[in-house]
Amino acid sequence: MPEVLQKILWLSTALFFIGVYGMLTRRNMLAILMSLELMLNSVNINFVAFNKYLHPEKLDGIFFFLFIVTIAAAEAAVAIAIIIHLYRYHKNIDVGETEEFKY
Amino acid sequence: MNEGLLVILLLFLPLVKFVVNRLFIGKKWPVLSGYLATLILIITTLLSVVLAWQYYFEYGKINGTYALFIPIDEPWLSFSNSLSINFTILVDALSVMMVLVVNIVSLMVHIFSLAYMKGEDRYGYYYAYLGLFTFAMLGLVLSGNIFELFIFWELVGISSYLLIGFYYTKPEAVAAAKKAFIVTRFADFGFLIGILLLGSLSNQFDIVQMVGSLTSQQTLTQGAGTSFIGLSALTWACLLLFMGAAGKSAMFPLHIWLPDAMEGPTPVSALIHAATMVVAGVFLIARFFPIFQLDGTVLTIVGIVGAFTAFFAAIIACTQTDIKRVLAFSTISQIGYMMLALGVDDNILNPHLGYTAALFHLFTHAFFKSLLFLCAGAIIHAVHTNNMLEMGGLRKLLPVTHIGFLVGCLAIAGVPPFSGFFSKEAILFAAYQQHKWLYAVALITAFITSFYMFRLYFSIFWNKPVKNEHAHEGNWLIKLPLLILIALVIVTGFIPFGNFVSANGKPLLLPMHIGFSVIPVLLALLGIGYAAILYFKESNVPASLENSFGLVYSTVKHKFYIDELYQFITHKIIFNGIGNASAWIDKQVIDKLVNVSAGLTFSFSIAIKKLQSGKVQQYLLIFIVGILCLFVLFLV
Repeated sequence: MPEVLQKILWLSTALFFIGVYGMLTRRNMLAILMSLELMLNSVNINFVAFNKYLHPEKLDGIFFFLFIVTIAAAEAAVAIAIIIHLYRYHKNIDVGETEEFKY
Repeated sequence: MNEGLLVILLLFLPLVKFVVNRLFIGKKWPVLSGYLATLILIITTLLSVVLAWQYYFEYGKINGTYALFIPIDEPWLSFSNSLSINFTILVDALSVMMVLVVNIVSLMVHIFSLAYMKGEDRYGYYYAYLGLFTFAMLGLVLSGNIFELFIFWELVGISSYLLIGFYYTKPEAVAAAKKAFIVTRFADFGFLIGILLLGSLSNQFDIVQMVGSLTSQQTLTQGAGTSFIGLSALTWACLLLFMGAAGKSAMFPLHIWLPDAMEGPTPVSALIHAATMVVAGVFLIARFFPIFQLDGTVLTIVGIVGAFTAFFAAIIACTQTDIKRVLAFSTISQIGYMMLALGVDDNILNPHLGYTAALFHLFTHAFFKSLLFLCAGAIIHAVHTNNMLEMGGLRKLLPVTHIGFLVGCLAIAGVPPFSGFFSKEAILFAAYQQHKWLYAVALITAFITSFYMFRLYFSIFWNKPVKNEHAHEGNWLIKLPLLILIALVIVTGFIPFGNFVSANGKPLLLPMHIGFSVIPVLLALLGIGYAAILYFKESNVPASLENSFGLVYSTVKHKFYIDELYQFITHKIIFNGIGNASAWIDKQVIDKLVNVSAGLTFSFSIAIKKLQSGKVQQYLLIFIVGILCLFVLFLV
């Protein structure tokens, strides 16, 4: 395995767990969403890195990256719309305060 | 007319009448529905006369023997190739005779009810139920498949239930209807098991084939091989069939429902509880007679039960004061006679005399007993009471009823030349040849019968001076059926019945010996004379006789406490003992089990409910920890 790839993997792993940590600890929904983006992007980095260093003749990884970026954008739009709505009703976007969702 | 079409019309017209009356016109136009019903019954009676004429005189006889005809045999429920239940119509001498009896008596009752039930609430429904009954009874006698027979058997039971409980606002009527239904259902349970046993022994449910295959030698040894408590499977099947027959025909100890069934309207008692439905048991045994003959023990039991019931019911009838109950007990007693006759049938001395005698008595009894019941109806209609002690001297006020009742009483007592004499002679002769003891019982019963019937007759029509001066006989609708039945009672005895109905289809001459007839006739006259001494004039002799017998009298008056015994067994033993025990088990064991399992589920769900907190991050944490665990697991 190329050494550069290993470093990149360390980076993406670190990025992923930073995302996980943020997701578990933040109370603010926007912060959680940002952590989610971090996790997605760590996966994207993996795709691109594997594509470049292991199978440079193919483009699959890059396509996956493009797909994920597109879907993430759409998902972010939906999530932000939900959060804005929630804010309008509650004046609050703290996940701890939205427990009535379970009913 | 082709015979299949004729039978179909005959059978289904009453059903049409039931549906039309019950669903469409019964409520709105009750009088119309009554007349429509009577019109339909006139048509079916004419059809049945045509059927009987054609069968007995035109096509029925083949080489001197009455043959079986199966005009209709349609598959109805085909479960598999080997098991299918057909809708079969069986026309033979027995069923044609029964069709004739059912239709004639039913027609008389229909006409009589037009006046008797006038102004009654639910008049239209009454006719609807009569139609249902007529349909069911015709189906019962015509069915050629044992399951079909069972279905009609139950239909007869349900229409009897509906008609006994017709005055449903009277608690006694409701109780009587339930009692009749439950007692006969209990017997039908045995009947059903008997059907299944017979079906498994012969591998079919078609009556003709079943009888044929069971009477052939091969199945006989096969069936006799399997035994249970010392009796072969075939014997058990016959015993269970007899149990069903005993329930329907009110044989001891299943007779308790019939006296209570008198709570129904009187014409219904005449039709169902005297002439037709209660003799279905006799019909059933006659229908399966070849099978019963394979095993002498069952026939002996039938004969003994019949003789005992005849005697027992006659004794009770002597002490009853409700005229309908006296007639009910006399019905039980007369059906006992028929069973006795079937039981003493033997193949050797006088082939199948008992069979023909039983059916002859069924035939004559249907007419004279329905005559007696319709007369009782006319009397009750006139004086508005059932109690014979409150009547007296009615002969001037109710002349036609008086003649009718007298003719009926003479017929049931066995005085020549009325029809009962001939059939009773045949039964006594059959009994005399086979079992002297049963003959003696039958003879004593004949004496008691004539005594209690004339006790009733004298108490109603002579005895005291008239109390109710305003009592009057009804219009011609009441008188016409009585007159027709009087004529029938006088005529039917002279029919050479053995020429038409016999066990093997060959003509059989019913023996009639002057010397033999002397004793029964003398006994009957003696009974009449004794009743005349006691009841012709109002006196206190009967009362003092009652007192001198004391305990015996009150025991008999309370019908030997059989009802109380049943009450004791059902309430004290079954309800209190077994019922309470099983209720305890139900509550303490079965309900507990259910409750405990429900409680466990509930507390478990309370415990795990906390996992569903609604906190997304908590879920996520669990998820991630789970993933990590899996990761570690796969790595190692």
